[in-house]
Amino acid sequence: MDWSYTPLLFVLPLALMIPIVMLVLTNVLGPKNPSAAKSVPYESGIAPPTSAEQRFPVRFYLVAVSFLLFDVEAVFLFPWAVRFKELGWFGFGVMSIFLAILVLGLVYEWRKGGLEWD
Amino acid sequence: MTLFGNPWLHGFIMGVIVLSGAMGVAAYAVWFERKFAARMQNRPGPTEVGYAGLLQPIADLLKLMQKEHLVPFSADRPLFNLAPVLVVIAPLATLAVIPFGPGWVGSDPSIGLLFALALSSLMVIPIWMAGWASNNKYALLGAMRAAAQAISYEIPLLLAALVPIILSGSFRIGDIVAAQEGGQWFALWPPGPGFLAFVLFFLTSLAESNRIPFDIPEAESELVAGVTTEYSGMIFGLIYLAEYLHTFIASALAALLFLGGWQGPGPDGIHWMMLKTVLIFATIFWIRWSWLRYRADQLMSICWKIFLPLGLVLVMASAIWVHLR
Repeated sequence: MDWSYTPLLFVLPLALMIPIVMLVLTNVLGPKNPSAAKSVPYESGIAPPTSAEQRFPVRFYLVAVSFLLFDVEAVFLFPWAVRFKELGWFGFGVMSIFLAILVLGLVYEWRKGGLEWD
Repeated sequence: MTLFGNPWLHGFIMGVIVLSGAMGVAAYAVWFERKFAARMQNRPGPTEVGYAGLLQPIADLLKLMQKEHLVPFSADRPLFNLAPVLVVIAPLATLAVIPFGPGWVGSDPSIGLLFALALSSLMVIPIWMAGWASNNKYALLGAMRAAAQAISYEIPLLLAALVPIILSGSFRIGDIVAAQEGGQWFALWPPGPGFLAFVLFFLTSLAESNRIPFDIPEAESELVAGVTTEYSGMIFGLIYLAEYLHTFIASALAALLFLGGWQGPGPDGIHWMMLKTVLIFATIFWIRWSWLRYRADQLMSICWKIFLPLGLVLVMASAIWVHLR
């Protein structure tokens, strides 16, 4: 049996303990003098006129969509990368076609201005 | 390989060792950076607490613990407190799969590299959480930039990490290091793609850990402190800790994947790994204290127009190299 994952099983809950212990300690050791002025969100010295939870520019969605496309591509590349010696030139050709289609998509997005930030 | 006979006990003890090591590394990474920055600017840096300020990180930790846990009234309280907790878990757990020498590893599973890359890309979620929950415009802008930057730079990072995977044919970090035996470090051999992949990996790691010249999410001069604007005391300390751990992991991974890990001229061992990691780590801070930051639009166009095509070319070039050899 492969036991090489057991440390990971313990590391994750133990890693959760560290920040929780620190937060508890800071709540025990720290002073508690809340005041109205202290808990106003910082906005360069003025009281915030509106909530910050507003709409945000559409270009961030565009980045997210492009990310999804190319991240899925990376997901396909990873299994190929460990097994491509067995797959030989045939696997290489298939992967080249797959990448060529994606590069076409990238070129299209580029030409349409999807990669411009302003 | 199990110590103490019982694999569960072994796992538990390894977990404790890895996490104590991680905390020590994070604390002294901060000390190292302060000292390094100070020397670059011709000042002594921390000197008061302990010899050469060596106890400074402990004093800082104690100081941060005694600060008030402050949450702005308009913030989303549960999310605001959850974000710094989540942000440290990923880099702490990643260190479990980073080997520092033969046998000096928490766990070396067959998907080690994949695990490390997956966990480090999870960082973006708590960072966004922190920015949104703060209900502060600077924090929200910082978080949006951080999210856009982290997800964009992740793709060239993955492509650069694919090059050593292709060259060695394994996800296991131990195997990747073993494939670079005899001075055939992937940064040097194959001559073209290997070196370029190393540079690409290094630069995208800088962006992933929000280091200058890619620290647009923090950009003090325009966004105050970005995501961490509303954070103070220990909850700020946790985010700060995660950032340093992330940088350290990026340097360790670069040393393992491209610079031969613990192999070197003369006897192999943990000393080579530490030397290489510290050199890369110091380079990151050298860049930090020498360079200016890019603008947000330059940052995105560098990623999508230069790094991404370069990454694709490198992956194909290294595949052709392996096939022809």
